[in-house]
Amino acid sequence: MMFRKIASLIGLLVFSSLIGAQTLTLGSKMDSEGRLLGEIFAQKLEADGFTVRRQLGLGSTSVAYQALLSGDIDLYPEYTGTLALSILNLDSTPPLDQINSHLAPLNLVALPSLGFNNTYAMALKQAQAEALGISRISDLAEHPQLRLGLSHEFVQRNDGWPGLRERYQLPHNPRGIEHGLAYEAINAGRIDITDAYATDGDLDRFNLLLLEDDLNYFPQYLALPLVHSSLPEAAKRSLAELAGRIDEPRMQALNALVSTQQASFAQAADRFLREEGLLTDATEREFSTRKWDRLGINLLQHLQLTLIALGLACVIGLPLAILVYKSRRISRSVLYIAGLLQTIPSIALLALMIPLFGIGFLPAIIALFLYSLLPIVRAAITSLLTVNPLLVQVSQGMGMTRREQLKHILLPLAAPNMLTGIKTAAIINIGTATLAAFIGAGGLGEPIVTGLALNDHTLVLYGAIPAALMAITTELVFELAERRWIPAHMRGIGRQNP
Amino acid sequence: MTEHCVEFIQLEKGFANQRLFEGIDLALPVNAVTALVGASGCGKSTLLQLINGLARPDAGQVKVLGEPIDYQDLPRLRRKMGYAVQGIALFPHLNLFDNISLMARLEHWSQDAITQRIHKLFNFMYLDPALLTRYPHEISGGQAQRVGLCRAMMLDPPLLLLDEAFSAVDPITRVDVHARFQAMQAAEPRSVVLVTHDMQEAAKLADFMVVMDPGIVLQADTPEQIMNHPANAQVARLLEAR
Repeated sequence: MMFRKIASLIGLLVFSSLIGAQTLTLGSKMDSEGRLLGEIFAQKLEADGFTVRRQLGLGSTSVAYQALLSGDIDLYPEYTGTLALSILNLDSTPPLDQINSHLAPLNLVALPSLGFNNTYAMALKQAQAEALGISRISDLAEHPQLRLGLSHEFVQRNDGWPGLRERYQLPHNPRGIEHGLAYEAINAGRIDITDAYATDGDLDRFNLLLLEDDLNYFPQYLALPLVHSSLPEAAKRSLAELAGRIDEPRMQALNALVSTQQASFAQAADRFLREEGLLTDATEREFSTRKWDRLGINLLQHLQLTLIALGLACVIGLPLAILVYKSRRISRSVLYIAGLLQTIPSIALLALMIPLFGIGFLPAIIALFLYSLLPIVRAAITSLLTVNPLLVQVSQGMGMTRREQLKHILLPLAAPNMLTGIKTAAIINIGTATLAAFIGAGGLGEPIVTGLALNDHTLVLYGAIPAALMAITTELVFELAERRWIPAHMRGIGRQNP
Repeated sequence: MTEHCVEFIQLEKGFANQRLFEGIDLALPVNAVTALVGASGCGKSTLLQLINGLARPDAGQVKVLGEPIDYQDLPRLRRKMGYAVQGIALFPHLNLFDNISLMARLEHWSQDAITQRIHKLFNFMYLDPALLTRYPHEISGGQAQRVGLCRAMMLDPPLLLLDEAFSAVDPITRVDVHARFQAMQAAEPRSVVLVTHDMQEAAKLADFMVVMDPGIVLQADTPEQIMNHPANAQVARLLEAR
């Protein structure tokens, strides 16, 4: 069985290389609709003979777009409004051919849209809307008491809150909230209004009403495949066949299939393509029905990310500390630079890595490595500097060479505090590595990010609980190591009396 | 072998904003105990550190065991000198055996030679070999001082440098440690340079005394000569102030 699988896989690889079909890498942003569209594109391309590597759930617009620019992915689902206003920085959303003339110098192409307009909308509870007599966004101006909780991206975007407030003269002071948590927050009565997408599958589940954009503020957000111009013509043709096939109610229904009816993205995509008669192969395909069947892989990836980054930080950070600790000036600048790296928000650091190292494992490792440096280098420098100077003087006076002093006196005396620094770095790493999912590096962040996108708390816990357990285990392992290698009276911080 | 273990020739040494020694000429006898005495700040500890290269002269020369100091290879020179300081500074992460034997192991002594030497030193110092597996924080102050001396004498160095190594214990313990030191010196006579602020200690232990005042040597002679014929009023005053 196993053998047949492998043999057919090899056969497929040989076959595809013979006919010259290359592997396409397909991305998507982390939101639920983006993943679903990504899966639809992927299955359509596969149905037409392409091999598709999926890189779904990339952090945000900038992560997915940077990955496309750098060639790490060949295509991802995007919206006209986002393209025009956020990416190309245009003042309005022009027709597709004009967008494409802007994209041409970047070697990108926007293929014909799928049909539906997933514009931004303002959502609130149906019951509350009726009670207050609100149906249009302009009605909000008369209700300054309503609490707005808006997604972080919406608060920042040119075509988001700043413009909306100006157009409708809104007096509200919105809070930033993760979009995946916003509906729950409305349901729990902690906020009243949030930004929503017009085709959101959860709107029905939470009995939310979309307010009419009576001043036509929101631009059009027509969904389409944004591809690299080097994409084979056959692939472009294959994707163009999807044009105009999905209207707003259809998309909302597809989204609901995933968010409320527990279908997987792959199942929903499969069903759509079948209904459209776009799947030539008649056999029912099997999809895993289990909620999350990659936990083992995620755990392994998470361990790899954390350990490799930590190992690198030790291999580079400890010798660096030993090299510079004697010079006050140099060690200060080293600590200053490492501290500066620490202040860059993790998600921003990850995004900064993309133009340099693309997406996936490597940039995640580098970002985590940079985060580990400070605790390790700082602890090492401080612990070396705080070794009792009399002990150093005596070891020197006894005739030890610099190397012997390091080996026999300085390092053993500094070890307990150094170990604490490494432990701190390890635990920070385990937490930060959950964000690596944003740039397609996998790990326990994957179920967390997907869970947030699907409003599925269980799925979030699938990632969060193992990550927490891993952090606790790490703490224990370090404690054991300390007990094993450091004499009792040398443990703990600052107990090094001569 | 010369008759001097240490010679300072036209020695000049200062610190950032202050001259300390301006042309000192001084020779210390071989196989005898020399005490450097004087009030704090007179430069006696600096003079000691000029012997083992922890401090370097600005001008002039320091000869140790007949040779000018080779500052490119200080570890080799320092292994010919035992070194013990005030507070003893035993290494807290090593037990007594490892503290004492560290340099011998770095010199690739055989296990037998190490054990023999340590037992001989422990014998002189009235220390119980059962202590060898203990850590420094598990022994008394008096024991620690004697262990510090053992560590300094482990390699059987021709020259021993002691920087206030007998201070900071109670008077009774101190008398005890003095006695052990003298017994050791009788059995294995060597050149010792001892820094102390205690005139009594100097007079009791030393064969030769150097009385210092900031930057200058007031008198260098046997304790007897200095006690009976102080060179000037300053020396006399120092002898009285204990």
